Amino acid sequence: MPLVKEPSIDQEAQYDRAKQVSDHAETKAQRKRNFQTVSLQEIQELYTPENLRGLDFDRDVSSPGQFPYTRGIHATGYRGKLWTMRQFAGFGTPEETNARFKYLLNQGQTGLSVAYDLPALMGYDADSELSEGEVGKCGVAVSSLADMEVLFDAIPLDSVTVSQTINAPASVFLAMYLVVAEKQGANWKKISGTLQNDILKEYIAQKEWIYPIRSAMKLVIDTFEFCAREVPRYNPISVSGYHIREAGATALQELAFTLRDGIEYVEWGRRAGLQIDEFVPRISFFFNAHNDFFEEIAKYRAARRIWARTMRDRFGATNERTLKMRFHTQTAGVSLTVQQPLNNIARVAIQALAGVLGGTQSLHTDAYDEALALPTDNAALIALRTQQIIAEETGVANTVDPLGGSYFVEALTNKMEQGALEYFERIDSMGGMVEAVEKGFPQREIQESAYQYQKALERGDQSIVGVNKFQMAEDPQEVPILVIDDSVRRHQIERLERTRSRRDRGAVEKSLDRLRMAARKSENTMPATIEAVRCYATLGEICSALRDVYGIYEEPSI
Amino acid sequence: MTERKIRVLIAKPGLDGHDRGAKVIARALRDAGMEVIYTGLRQTPEMIAAAALQEDVDAVGVSILSGAHNTLCPRIVSLLREQGMNDTLVILGGIVPQEDIPKLKQQGVAEIFLPGTSTQDIANFIRANVKARG
Repeated sequence: MPLVKEPSIDQEAQYDRAKQVSDHAETKAQRKRNFQTVSLQEIQELYTPENLRGLDFDRDVSSPGQFPYTRGIHATGYRGKLWTMRQFAGFGTPEETNARFKYLLNQGQTGLSVAYDLPALMGYDADSELSEGEVGKCGVAVSSLADMEVLFDAIPLDSVTVSQTINAPASVFLAMYLVVAEKQGANWKKISGTLQNDILKEYIAQKEWIYPIRSAMKLVIDTFEFCAREVPRYNPISVSGYHIREAGATALQELAFTLRDGIEYVEWGRRAGLQIDEFVPRISFFFNAHNDFFEEIAKYRAARRIWARTMRDRFGATNERTLKMRFHTQTAGVSLTVQQPLNNIARVAIQALAGVLGGTQSLHTDAYDEALALPTDNAALIALRTQQIIAEETGVANTVDPLGGSYFVEALTNKMEQGALEYFERIDSMGGMVEAVEKGFPQREIQESAYQYQKALERGDQSIVGVNKFQMAEDPQEVPILVIDDSVRRHQIERLERTRSRRDRGAVEKSLDRLRMAARKSENTMPATIEAVRCYATLGEICSALRDVYGIYEEPSI
Repeated sequence: MTERKIRVLIAKPGLDGHDRGAKVIARALRDAGMEVIYTGLRQTPEMIAAAALQEDVDAVGVSILSGAHNTLCPRIVSLLREQGMNDTLVILGGIVPQEDIPKLKQQGVAEIFLPGTSTQDIANFIRANVKARG
């Protein structure tokens, strides 16, 4: 749909006045030659009605809760319900993380989000040779259902929603989660939560993959199909721009690649015979909140508009829930500094505010010590309190989309949308996102942006307080950090050995054979995965069974 | 006779896939006139040492953000030394707590570069510290 509409005579007069103001401003001396966002995008000194030439407010911006949802998916914004405060947490043993979860819930957190360790993300058990030095370090260690039972002990999964950051082995974690819920007596039809399960961004940016890309896509579609039928309130995917951004993408690249990933999942689901208006409403998104305040807000607003229009025009969606993009936001880990670490509290607060003004459904605020290690209790608490201060004290949640109609924000929103549509065209011309990833296209674009940003930083065109501006020889702030020692691995291996010795070995073998069979025949793998989990087959065993069938991914040289 | 270019292996051991830093450094060192070989992801210390020998590098730059440095770095250094690469400079970049730095240096890591380090500083450090070879 074209954005350009002929302006009226009155509007022309308004543009002329605005132009005069802006010409006048240009004559003044300025601090720098170029004013750029953190994505190295040029920003004008003044935005006026002229920047919104062609914008049709009703068509392009509309009201909150109305198509194309630029101003938010809820008519009442945060007046009805605040965003969910969902702090990502996980470290050490399941016992330690379970205690952290309970601590956060007691402090007023409203949802959980699990960080798993690297062996879990890669589908290896704690006792694998490859897990040495990594168990419990970047997240909680989980190798089997026995660990999951401890992780969610006394946390009612029918009332607390849990988000799980897991991708390549996501179907196994979904299975473990469902079996734990079942053992707690929860009804699958009623439980909610989110599985990250976004394998495309693994090949693009985060790079925690196991299987070749097309087999991995098949596993994702299996979870869509299974959840639509058995766990209808569960979000089987969180299409994630977060990691794309952290890997060095610009805000526009984050937006474009994430939404194009979303389109790819919709296409694959449709091709597998799923109904658009049945499975797409359960696709959720996840964005970064970086330093450039207005650029981020424009990104979120554009994201909703693009998704709504794409679902309607490209897929013929009619269900309102299909058109409404729901997303989670996390502040930018990559922006945190080791130098003067308490400064990170200020960064996180401003980034979080951008997420809120952009209308996020849930939010994670990073802890100030995360450039050093995983957060301590105290650092995690301040991060949560930051959200609570935004919600309770600043007044920004009193009105819906307070920046709607700003010349600057609307112009940036338009620019984001146009830029994303241009990327869509390029990716479509390659045959789709799977093909683009196989060609290394998004990977190369991101690498280039990361390098250009580093150069801008080293030239001094971009500033980081405490790093290339206002440095101090001696850091005035010493902060305590969380240390995960190697006893975690021993503890986890002990439970793993206990679990293996108590289970029915024959049942495990049979369930793994069934899973291999389902994978070979291209049947839905979820029922067999759940059966294997119930028999206490370990994560490593289940992923090995699938590796037997699918093989492993080899990264092309980029 | 033209001077031999400094050869650097950029290595990414462990299970972590965060390779932004490794790739930015690799390109910056290349732009600074060095020959750079990047191992790719998930290399074991044994694979890294073997690549260092095969490529006959002057320096190995290890990138670790996962907290596994105390396990992985000493092993890489000792494997290099075992195969006679006594002068090969080993440097580490990533998320490393201050407390771990003295021990890593004792174990043979020449320098640890924390987030926020300029790529120029890393290039200068390598130039100043690789042993001249005949």
